Amino acid sequence: MTAREEVLARIRTALGDRRPDVEVPRGYRTTDDRPAGVLLDVLTDRLEDYRATVLRCAADDVATTVGAALGAALGGGWSPADVVVAPGVPAAWRPAGAAEDDGRPAAGLTAFAATLTGVAVAIAETGTLVLDGSPRCGRRALSLLPDCLVCVVEAGQVVGGVPGGLARLDPRAPLTMVSGPSATSDIELQRVEGVHGPRTLVVVLVAAPYGR
Amino acid sequence: MSAVFLGLPTAPAGVGHLRGDRPFPAAARDALRDGQLRANLGRATATIRAKRAAVVGEVPDWEALRQAGAGVKRATLARLDEHLLELEARVTERGGTVHWARDAAEANAVVTGLVRATGAGEVVKVKSMATQEIGLNEALAAAGVTAHETDLAELIVQLGEDTPSHILVPAIHRNRAEIREVFARTMPQFAGPGDAGDLTDDPRRLAMAARAHLRERFLRAKVAISGANFAVAETGTLAVVESEGNGRMCLTLPDTLITVMGIEKLVPTWRDLEVFLQLLPRSSTGERMNPYTSLWTGVTPGDGPQEFHLVLLDNGRTAVLADEVGREALHCIRCSACLNVCPVYERTGGHAYGSVYPGPIGAVLSPQLTGVEDNASLPYASSLCGACYDACPVAIDIPSILVHLRGEHVEAVARERRRPTPEALAFRALARVMSHPRLWRAAQRAAGLGRFLARGRPTLPAALPPPASAWTRTRDLPAPPARSFVQQWTREHGA
Amino acid sequence: MRVALFATCLVDTVVPQVAMATARLLERLGHEVVVPPGQACCGQVHVNTGYRREAVPVVANHVRAFAGARRAGVEAVVAPSGSCVASIRHQQAAVLRRAGEHGLAAEAEALAGRTYELSQFLVDVLGVTDVGACYPHRVTYHPTCHSLRLLRVGDRPLRLLRAVRGLELVELPRAEQCCGFGGTFAVKNADTSTAMLTDKMADVLSTRAEVCTAGDASCLLHIGGGLSRLRSGTRTVHLAEILASTGDTVSPGQGTAPAVPA
Repeated sequence: MTAREEVLARIRTALGDRRPDVEVPRGYRTTDDRPAGVLLDVLTDRLEDYRATVLRCAADDVATTVGAALGAALGGGWSPADVVVAPGVPAAWRPAGAAEDDGRPAAGLTAFAATLTGVAVAIAETGTLVLDGSPRCGRRALSLLPDCLVCVVEAGQVVGGVPGGLARLDPRAPLTMVSGPSATSDIELQRVEGVHGPRTLVVVLVAAPYGR
Repeated sequence: MSAVFLGLPTAPAGVGHLRGDRPFPAAARDALRDGQLRANLGRATATIRAKRAAVVGEVPDWEALRQAGAGVKRATLARLDEHLLELEARVTERGGTVHWARDAAEANAVVTGLVRATGAGEVVKVKSMATQEIGLNEALAAAGVTAHETDLAELIVQLGEDTPSHILVPAIHRNRAEIREVFARTMPQFAGPGDAGDLTDDPRRLAMAARAHLRERFLRAKVAISGANFAVAETGTLAVVESEGNGRMCLTLPDTLITVMGIEKLVPTWRDLEVFLQLLPRSSTGERMNPYTSLWTGVTPGDGPQEFHLVLLDNGRTAVLADEVGREALHCIRCSACLNVCPVYERTGGHAYGSVYPGPIGAVLSPQLTGVEDNASLPYASSLCGACYDACPVAIDIPSILVHLRGEHVEAVARERRRPTPEALAFRALARVMSHPRLWRAAQRAAGLGRFLARGRPTLPAALPPPASAWTRTRDLPAPPARSFVQQWTREHGA
Repeated sequence: MRVALFATCLVDTVVPQVAMATARLLERLGHEVVVPPGQACCGQVHVNTGYRREAVPVVANHVRAFAGARRAGVEAVVAPSGSCVASIRHQQAAVLRRAGEHGLAAEAEALAGRTYELSQFLVDVLGVTDVGACYPHRVTYHPTCHSLRLLRVGDRPLRLLRAVRGLELVELPRAEQCCGFGGTFAVKNADTSTAMLTDKMADVLSTRAEVCTAGDASCLLHIGGGLSRLRSGTRTVHLAEILASTGDTVSPGQGTAPAVPA
């Protein structure tokens, strides 16, 4: 008997003939009808709680905001050549002169100081951005190796809770859920931000500014 | 029906880390004497308890999520074979290869063979309970392959030649000063004289030392080995939940990825993850969401490892499944909330449990995986206070399983021995007395004679023979009253 | 109301004054108390130590003793112990069913539905929180694990204590931590149990209370036995004794903890 056949046979022995249909009680919240503005505020609050930087701007102001964010994260002498951009990021978001990911071996991405991507969906309640490997999000190594990650989130991409977020995703895509910069609690269970993943996370939220 | 009667094999001895070399009370005694350990654990568990309570408290539908989590796991186990076959088909469709392993030895052989076939002499590892359980690092070392643990706490344990003592934070028993000492002593970056001069015990500084230590290893690794938090049967998707980004490094950069997963880590549908991705981070690190969760399905051309192997591990799990009461332990999602709230764990630490699965969940899981006779002291390593059940995000009734396993143990001992143990004789005698009111009243009157031992003092002498001495070493016992309540009441009111 | 009192084996044998206080309290509130003479033990210690087969006759004796009282017009069973009531509610029927005693199991279930821990009986069934007690002492309350987590008695004991005249209630830090008793755990894992007890005693002593109270005599014997060994001067007194007290009947020295001789 192969291991496969044997493990399956053991399971059948253990379970016996009775195969009750188990109904999963799903009494938890699956929708969130809070207004979009509230969701943006919650997302901002949660991201900032993880020590991410959140900047809001209007749709025609993304490149400038991204530039300002990079300046703040990388310091005054930053150059657009230090920044790598996912191939599907709209031209209107890119700082002039930034490099596009050319598919080089992943280790080569460490040459860049920062990455600019979009997201597939953002989950307000948990402060989570989901990247799905699409051209706008880039391959997984892209959002991992450079030490600063800038993600542009459009207001329409923000959902309230986890169920709403997962429903919008293709499970077969390579997915990365990002909630703040990398962190650890391994020393005395005290949270410290910044370990192997990007130590800086900047989120540019494209939405009408407050009061409009 | 139990596994014993169905003949289902438990996890074999001699490989892996499910059995301690001493019974719990003896191992606990040493831990209790270690004041530094008690202080480290007390501080760490108090911190995490407060964080968990805060983020769980803000979720209005927590109890509904908990019941859903339990329901999904029940549904998974009820048709485990069907779900595993579906997972296998979906992973294979997407370019992955699925392997099955009856036990630890077989899983180690499969993984070692796969690594050898790549020609790699080293692998990077994502923290994984399954590979700890089977002793994979030792098997790899025997095959000449070096395994680099990349989770910070696992790294601390590995560099310190220590063993893990917690499911989530394997180095919870170490404080920052001890960790600094391990790093300064073992990391090549601090090998030169004076190199460790600027290494402080600030957790941020220590985390940066780990980043520098592992960076090069991540970039050159050809093979990574991971566990899995979840696998989705209907899509073939695997999930790893982590914080530091070491998981993403391992799951993304090498050419070959080998994932070892217990057969119970499955969920039937994609939608089921919406429950667990809410339950796990809040219960585990006390965060609304952990920094990184990676989800992948087979192989994605041009993105991440181009060779993917999934090893499905039994190692006693089907024996647990055979026990209708005990199988609930297979619902566990390894969050470690039960450890953090357990008053026993808080005082003894994880090493006393002798298994990679410590704390309340370990006390029900380890004895079932190995057969209760090999971990016979663990079901008793609990005061049955119930804090674990309240904290469990999938509502595993750990106290009831502990009591059930005590029953299984007592009955196994009775089957194996020709003569009953003194304890069994005592409980039988007590049962006989307590089920016959006349004998019970006589026994109570006899107990009243204990007054003579007290010689008029309100307490009995501290020097009593065992097993009473186990009580009186640290606590007084009151002298028995002249009459029991029922006797006195009957005197006053008539029978 | 006609109420049957289940003293529990421990209270009956070791601290009978707790059962007497429970009876006096219920009578003072105008209820008739009956004490079924056939009662002994609920079987919890057998079940929780793994002797579930041996527990069967013990449980059966309990069910028979109180089923008889029920037929004699008893409407409720009250016990001054959260732990024993939890066993009656959650374990007895299962133990009997496992042994094939289905008729008795049904009887046990019916009984379980009418069996109450003292504070639940007072607050939920009788609807009283002020029982007319007077107890002029500084008191702290330890919520025992089985009352807290198996019976969910919540703040009922605290509401009862707050209504006691003269009583100064002080909050116990880390109150929800187990005292380390755990039945045979206290003997099988005596060192760990003692470590838990040590921390519990430190918390109790930090309140500077004269009296530590609870709804379980077993946990109180544990805490009180430790405090007595320390000669700390703080005593343990069962909730029933405090609620039965009218100011001159029970002094702190008469609690479940042995008094240190003067």
